[in-house]
Parts: sequence; structure tokens; C-alpha cells
Amino acid sequence: MEAIREHEGLAVPLDRANVDTDQIIPKQFLKRIERTGFGQFLFYNWRFDDDGNKRDDFVLNQPAYEEGSILLAGENFGCGSSREHAPWSLLDYGFRVIIAPSFADIFYNNALKNGIIPIQMNEEQVHQWMKQAEANELVLKVDLEQQIIRSNEQEVQFDIPSYHKENLLHGLDDIALTLQHEGKITAFESAEQA
Amino acid sequence: MGKPETIVEKIWKNHLVHKEPEKPNLMYIDLHLVHEVTSPQAFEGLRLNNRKVRRPDLTFATMDHNVPTKNRDVIEDQISQKQMETLRKNCKDFGITLADMFHPDQGIVHVIGPQLGLTQPGKTIVCGDSHTSTHGAFGALAFGIGTSEVEHVLATQTLWQKPPKTLNVHVEGDLGTGVTAKDLILAIISKFGVRFGTGYVMEYTGEAIRNLSMEGRMTVCNMSIEAGARAGLISPDETTVEFLRDKPHVPQGEAFDEKAREWLALATDEGAEYDETVTIKADEIEPQVSWGTNPGMCVPVSGSTPDVNESDNHDDVARALEYMGLEENQPIQSIDIDHVFIGSCTNSRITDLRKAAKVVEGHQVNDDVRAIVVPGSFGTKLQAEKEGLDAIFKEAGFEWREAGCSMCLAMNDDVVPPGGRCASTSNRNFEGRQGNGARTHLVSPEMAAAAAIEGHFVDVRQFAASVYS
Repeated sequence: MEAIREHEGLAVPLDRANVDTDQIIPKQFLKRIERTGFGQFLFYNWRFDDDGNKRDDFVLNQPAYEEGSILLAGENFGCGSSREHAPWSLLDYGFRVIIAPSFADIFYNNALKNGIIPIQMNEEQVHQWMKQAEANELVLKVDLEQQIIRSNEQEVQFDIPSYHKENLLHGLDDIALTLQHEGKITAFESAEQA
Repeated sequence: MGKPETIVEKIWKNHLVHKEPEKPNLMYIDLHLVHEVTSPQAFEGLRLNNRKVRRPDLTFATMDHNVPTKNRDVIEDQISQKQMETLRKNCKDFGITLADMFHPDQGIVHVIGPQLGLTQPGKTIVCGDSHTSTHGAFGALAFGIGTSEVEHVLATQTLWQKPPKTLNVHVEGDLGTGVTAKDLILAIISKFGVRFGTGYVMEYTGEAIRNLSMEGRMTVCNMSIEAGARAGLISPDETTVEFLRDKPHVPQGEAFDEKAREWLALATDEGAEYDETVTIKADEIEPQVSWGTNPGMCVPVSGSTPDVNESDNHDDVARALEYMGLEENQPIQSIDIDHVFIGSCTNSRITDLRKAAKVVEGHQVNDDVRAIVVPGSFGTKLQAEKEGLDAIFKEAGFEWREAGCSMCLAMNDDVVPPGGRCASTSNRNFEGRQGNGARTHLVSPEMAAAAAIEGHFVDVRQFAASVYS
């Protein structure tokens, strides 16, 4: 995956709780055997009507948010299915950071594996940014190394487990790291069989 | 004796390969179940990096998400066809056992694992599917993973995992007659919400849980993820042991009894501590019907849809009612349905089909309803046919199908049309889950069967009073 150190981008307010992975990418688009090309299907049923026309009232279809790359969302973002197609579609569409009061466990992991920074932030702060982004253009600068999000007006600290942070900063291949412990895996297997 | 431990602590300790400060633990995985939808990119990753599958013998694949349930010989969807062919090739190239669409072991991955005895107490089990929590019914630590983690397990047979926090979901008392495991888990999610389990492994305890069959326990553990918990489990007991006896992949004869003693010793010790405990009273639970767009939006069948202004989260409630085409304060029993789906990894096992057939027997499906039964596996289908359940369903006007995930997520041709309303025994009532614009109501197999006949929701305890007397 691509390393990510800092990201500056336009925030897109998606003011809904419990956004599930069936909404992020509906099942009819899970049949591809590649990891790429899923961005066009992101939030498909919210972006397009039954005839495939854009729904003007959905936030991603509004011209002001066209360049958005930081998604602000309600709590329990990414609940439901384990489909990694969800972060693939978000990434392919152009999102590198998602900020929400809470994430579903499987989605959180899947996002990290793909170089998306999932940032858990208190509800009040998310709400404040949501309102700002709805009223005016809100640009946020995410500094992963320092664990700080900067806007024109403020600096906010965020938490992320150090292990995940390191992997994101260096774009590390998880499997290669694990295979450094191959001796221990083999020893575990031998002990099991004994 | 040492400090009392939960089953989760015991399984964790038994699978720890490596630990160091500031890092998750490296955990060994005993069983990796694979299906066609979330695996192609993982195998592709292995090829790109010239890696092998470390333990093909601990990996087992089937086709369930995309398979047609009507006619297996014609797959009209070329992209689904390609995904299935890709799995066939991947299993062949990497030496993995595959129960493909025509194999007698084929079925929904969470139905066949237990049926074949691959699922066993104390195992760590993963699959690229969030309903892997189902296997927790056996006292296994089982959870869903994404495709990157699928690749990681294929290559290393391990996963990096943070030791989980434990949550005891204690069910006091016993369920009333005609109230099922499905009603119990829906009531739990409705009471505590769709994220109360996030970050935890849930263990279900109490009299009502002990009294459930293995099928019922699977229904409960299956929906742990709908409460936010990646894994939910139940300590093994004699019910667990008896279910597994004689299954193809468990030890046979004396070796089985020895194994069974190990399994029983995994149960949570008296006095073990959980990070959190919640309690629910079983005898207060009625048959449940979901009215909204997440599994926490449920009410008893005697109830009504919520009042928007009296709800804490009125935007969500209003939005869900709008999507569902329902009014506020609308009695559940006034809701007409046009589709019924009995199936899915939640409720497609033999006892589910037996119970639904009992309700159906001697009745006709309502003229305005299209009803299908999709057994969870080929083995379940055969067993049901042996017992004559297929005849009961067919005579009543149900369609009797081949095994697969089918209308639970509508990746194959089994789709609810836009605006259609389905009484479904599946696990998710998300917007568009069963088809774009489709409206899903989650219920037990018995409640779905009764709704199929009446054309609207009814209390199955009254509808089928003779069955329960």
C-alpha cells in the first residue's frame, strides 16, 4: 500500500450514523476480481437514482465537494459486511482520511490495510466540523506523524494505535513483516503436532 | 488452580505465536474458510509476491454468495460465473479443498463448517465474511476479516490481533413457547443497540442460552456482528459435544471422547471476570419484527413502529420509516408483505426448516406473496427432502431451492424488486440489501412462515397455536 504521512484536503460532511458497507458499495459491484476501479460505485444507491441519474441532493454530487478527500461521518461508520471493497471504493474515489466518532471493527482494519487513515474523534468535534463543512469550504490538514488535525482556526490532537501508525507511515507490507517471525510460526505448529 | 479464566482468555493463550510491547499479538489460525467473493484479490496478491498458501490443509473453500439457487446449469450472470471460475482455479493452483456448486458438501460457508465438523470448540476460525461469528456457537473464537487479512492468513496462517475485551451477554430465565433464538438475538440488539459490542468479543451465558439447540446458538452468535462484535461465542457443553459426535471431520470413537473432555474444559471458569456484563430477561421477550433499516430497529409483533418525536434519534427513525414506506405508530400486524425468504446463514438449518414447515403444514401461501425456501447446504436440502419437508413447502406454494446465500444479499438472481416488502429470516435489513429499494423485515423462520400464509405479520404463537400446545 501507499505510504501516507500528511494529507491536506477538502472535508465532505456525510451526516449519518451507522453507514453500512452495503451503502458504501452495494453487492452488485462485488463481483470484480481486481482491487481497483470501485470508486465509480461508491455510495451508488445514494448517488444515483434507479435510472442511473445523479441525485442532486446527495452530498457527493454537489459541485462544492467534488474535490473532497476527507470524509466526515456519523458514529459506527462501516458497520455490516467485511467486504474490503468498501475501503477500495473510498480510496479509488479519492478519500484518504475518514473522521467519525466511531468505526465498526472490521472496516477500521480494512481501511488501515489500504492506506486510508480512519480517525476516531469525539462527537462534538466531528459535529462542529460537519457544520462548518456544510456552511463553508472546510480544508483540514492531517499530520499523521504528529497526530494532529489542523484547520484555519484550530489544532486538534487525535489517537491512533502506534502499530497502525507505523504501518501507514511506511506503507509496510504486513505479510513480509509477519514472515520475519516464520521461525516462531513453525515452532508453534510443531508444538501443536507433538 | 490458577485465576479463573473466560473461554476467550483460554483460546487466546492457546494460539499466541508471538508478542511484543506496543504491538498486537500474532495469533495462530486453525481454520480458514474461503468463498468466491472476498478471495480473488487475496490469491492475486499471493501470485504477485510469489507466495504459497502455508496450510492448504487448514483451508477449506466453497461457493455460496453468487450461486444460482434455481438452475445450477445456467449461470446467466457472466461476472458471477467468472468469480466462481476464479475460485476453482485458485483452489486448484494452491491445493485447497473446494466444495464447488455441484459438490455434496456445498453450502453456505457458516452452515457447512459445523455440519462437516470442521468447526470445533477452541479453534480460531476466520473467513472473509462478517457472519463468521456464527461458529462461536461451538466455543470457537471465530470472526470475519477483510481480503487483505484473507491474504495474510493464506500466506502465514496467522493474524495480528489485539487481545479483545470481553462482554458477557447474560440471558436470565428461559424463552417462552414459540419464542426463538432469532427473537432473542433481535431483542438483544434492539435493547442494547447496533454498536454495543464494538471492540468486544461477546460471550452469551445463562439458562436460555444453555437450553438452545446448536442451531439456535448459531443463530444467536451469527448476529453478534449486528451488535458490533466481531466475535460472539458460547462455552461448549454436552449439547455441543453431541452435535459434533460422528461428524466427518472430528475424531471418531474413543479419540472423540478424549477430545470432548478437552472441549468441555474450555468453558469459562466459575468466577471468571468479564470487562463488561449486560443482562436481559428471556421470559419478557416476544416474537420480534424489524421495522427499520438496521437490525436494532425491532419491536415485538404486538407493537407498532415508533413515534418519531418520541424517539431519541428522530432523524434516523424518520429516514428509516420513509425508506421502509411505513407510517409512525403503525401496528406491525397491519404491514402487508409480498415476499418471504426462509434461508441465510442465520436461519437455514434443518431445525429452522422443520419448525417453519410445522407452521406451514396444511396452509396455502397468500396469493399476493412470493415465498422461497433456500436450505443452507446441499446436505440440509437432502435431509429435509428425506423428511418430506420439501413436499410440505411446495404443496403450500413455496419455491424449494438449491443451497446458497441467495436473497439474504441478492448477489444472485434472487432479488426483491424495488418497493417490494420481504419477511426474511436473514440478518440484515439495510437499505437495498435484498435489492435496490427493497424493504426487509427480519423475523424468525416460524414468523416468516406465518406471514407467508396471512400476507401480513401475525403472532405465530396465535396463528399456529395447535403447533405449540
